[in-house]
Amino acid sequence: MITNIKRRSFLKVAATLGGGFTLGIAWASDVKTGYIKTAAEDWTGINAYLSISPTGKITIMSTNPEIGQNIKTAFPMIVADELGADWKDVIVEQAALDTVNFKRQVAGGSQSIRFSFDLLRQAGATARQMLINAAAETWGVDPSLCKADMSKVVYNGKSLSYGELANKAGKMPKPENVSLKDTKDFHIIGSSQKNVDADKILSGNQKYGIDTKREGMLYASIKKPDGFGQVIVSVNDAKTRAIPGVVDVVQFDEKVVVLAKDTWTAMKGKKALSVTYKSDKTLEDSEVIDKKLVELLNGAGEVKRNDGDVDKAFAEADQIVEKTYEAPFLPHNCMEPMNFFADVQADKAHLEGPIQTPEGSRKAVADMLGLKEDQVSLMLTRMGGGFGRRLNGDFVREAAQISKLAGKPILLVYSREDDMAGGIYRNAVKYRFKAAVKGGKMTAYQLHGAGVNSRNHCRENFFPAGAIDNYKVMSSNYESAVTCGPWRAPVTNFLACAEQSFLDEVAEACKKDAVDFRLEMLDYAIANNSTTKKDYDPVRFKAVLKLAADKSDWYNKSSNEFKGFSAYFSHNSYVAEVAHMKKVDGTPVLEKVTCAFDCGILINPLSALNQVEGGVVDGIGHAMYGNLTIKDGAAQQTNFNTYRMIRIAEAPKVVSHFIDSTEHPSGLGEPTLPPAGGALANAIYKATGKRIYKQPFVNEMEVDVLG
Amino acid sequence: MATISFQLNGKTVSVKDVDAQMPLLWVLRDHLNMTGTKYGCGIAMCGACTVHMNGSAVRSCSIPISSIEGSKITTIEGFSPNMDHPLQKAWIEHDVPQCGYCQAGQIMSAAALLAENAKPSDEDIDIAMSGNICRCGTYNRIKAAIKTASNQ
Ligand code: FES
Ligand code: FES
Repeated sequence: MITNIKRRSFLKVAATLGGGFTLGIAWASDVKTGYIKTAAEDWTGINAYLSISPTGKITIMSTNPEIGQNIKTAFPMIVADELGADWKDVIVEQAALDTVNFKRQVAGGSQSIRFSFDLLRQAGATARQMLINAAAETWGVDPSLCKADMSKVVYNGKSLSYGELANKAGKMPKPENVSLKDTKDFHIIGSSQKNVDADKILSGNQKYGIDTKREGMLYASIKKPDGFGQVIVSVNDAKTRAIPGVVDVVQFDEKVVVLAKDTWTAMKGKKALSVTYKSDKTLEDSEVIDKKLVELLNGAGEVKRNDGDVDKAFAEADQIVEKTYEAPFLPHNCMEPMNFFADVQADKAHLEGPIQTPEGSRKAVADMLGLKEDQVSLMLTRMGGGFGRRLNGDFVREAAQISKLAGKPILLVYSREDDMAGGIYRNAVKYRFKAAVKGGKMTAYQLHGAGVNSRNHCRENFFPAGAIDNYKVMSSNYESAVTCGPWRAPVTNFLACAEQSFLDEVAEACKKDAVDFRLEMLDYAIANNSTTKKDYDPVRFKAVLKLAADKSDWYNKSSNEFKGFSAYFSHNSYVAEVAHMKKVDGTPVLEKVTCAFDCGILINPLSALNQVEGGVVDGIGHAMYGNLTIKDGAAQQTNFNTYRMIRIAEAPKVVSHFIDSTEHPSGLGEPTLPPAGGALANAIYKATGKRIYKQPFVNEMEVDVLG
Repeated sequence: MATISFQLNGKTVSVKDVDAQMPLLWVLRDHLNMTGTKYGCGIAMCGACTVHMNGSAVRSCSIPISSIEGSKITTIEGFSPNMDHPLQKAWIEHDVPQCGYCQAGQIMSAAALLAENAKPSDEDIDIAMSGNICRCGTYNRIKAAIKTASNQ
């Protein structure tokens, strides 16, 4: 695949750099903040993404937020590959928010690689061409005769290193068209590379947002209402102010903030506050919300898609299978609690910390403070997890507000309790499925999803859309004061579990093998591919089903093994999982999960394996234990003593297999989570004869199948 | 307010004017600038704050500074700054970290385990490491890395 790049769609390198090529100009926006390390003077910035030193070291900026998805290794690998670099020469730096030079600096929806793949390749390829042009000019030969490889340009036995060429290359005119490599010539993409921050992480030198320190900075602890929807009646901070080390107490909206010389004193001061609240409305309660959601399911939902005639098929069915699946609220529980640094001054502000949406958060802060966006700088830090929680910049705005009120640089740090009780949860949601079975076939499929605070609780164009003629999807929403938001694999994180559990039951009603049943549906989708709308490619989907069935020895029913199947398409990727259960002394135990995955071209196989394992373990853990309930308006679980997370002894082994692909890279960090719960539920059924309809599974069972 | 002296990564340090009840974690992080030890829960339930106290793994979030007078404390920064401990090497070999936030605590727990039990079984590992949560789900790699390190 050779792609010609037109200048218009090209990185704005030359224009934005104004013809200068020193690092100081290329990174002007970062240097301005004074907070990030600037490289030595003699480095040459080839474009906004990379600079090269005379000794041949190559610094590549990782532009997107790092939340543990390992983008900080993957992005530079893509640039370095097209650059023709030796990976050993590469040093990776985190870029600040820079909307002039970079695009979509967001970590969300598993879309970073998918969105930026070509942009990063172009950045590397342009720089490579400039290095080649510099060498060709030096030798007085046609550039097309020169080749770039392993940080050198070579021609006819002659060779110049990138270090030797950097200065000259930086002054070369930007090439109009550059060609990208053929994918088969990738030398870094597709190779296993270790996490570039591993040394720092394992020696305690990696800084996270919560580690931020600045001269004169105060630590801030925030008290929000006990229950969602409450407002402050009165505040008495006398006891707090009497604590040595407490510097100030400020208040805004319904929040009271204690500022102190260290985190613990700020937290202690917060506990000493006496605040009374009231609410005009009845306080939220999970049991009430559950009843409301069932009422919604019993009514008519907003129709999202309606193919064929489901009602006719139901009327003519031999059998109707109808089941309802339920899931509670879930907190994200990033291991690094929410935090942010802010230094707000009259005419400028600096923000620093862990945020998945730096651009949107900076804009919100600028608007709030009445500043222009270019008066606000934002530095990204490596994040102790994101999982969607850090898409919401509430804590960034809070930090800015606090700094403004206190007139000082501050670091806002949530306690675990603040973090877990503070909302923006995976919403509570219920799904009711109804299938018509006639002559051993599913002839109609209907889904109604009802949940809290989301426009659409379904994915009507995902499987089985297009795989069945009579198909109807409805959604109903319940507005609640309990704040909700995206959570790793939004919507599908439970929808997949419910759907795949249900299809298992329908397959049984049709007297079909669970995998064969799904394969037949996909064959139907393939046969009608051109006439039906759907977001997935049934051919690719079928391939992962077959791979999982093969690698899990699915059709071998002879052993003391109970297998549950589940498959799901999301984030443009295809996943099939098999949960393997054994009985130990008569008790079923989940042994391992086999996972087949198609996410297009693999940038970094080693890291991809890690992501797959993490997604499966996370999916199994939350299906089994995740449970946050609301009473009197407040979260009843606020720390890890009452909120159970999966731990090492419970984590199943994960055996992963990837489809060898030349397709454009697609989502990696999220897609393996959604099918995991369904695979587990279906294996539990095989082992015990019991169907599970409600998360957390542990509350539905007599034994903990994770051992 | 108290003044406390203890050994930190081989050096004697003394902290003045701190609340005697302040947990070691916050003294390390905010007063001694040692931020490698992480806060995750504050109630000894997640292991992010694990350090060694006289050679044993402890949760620094739940140890008041007043109780460590004269103790030997090792944090991740002082554990093996040259990155040559078999656990660090094994962690890199198995590419364990995802977000990395829990990993200092994981390493400190694992190091205390190996110091006591050079060849831990799977079950020994499960028991010793069950106090350390990893939200990213790197548990299988942690187990594999401990096994690799224990064979060296
Ligand atoms: S912070 Fe100490 S165990 Fe969680
Ligand atoms: S690596 Fe992210 S919490 Fe363990």
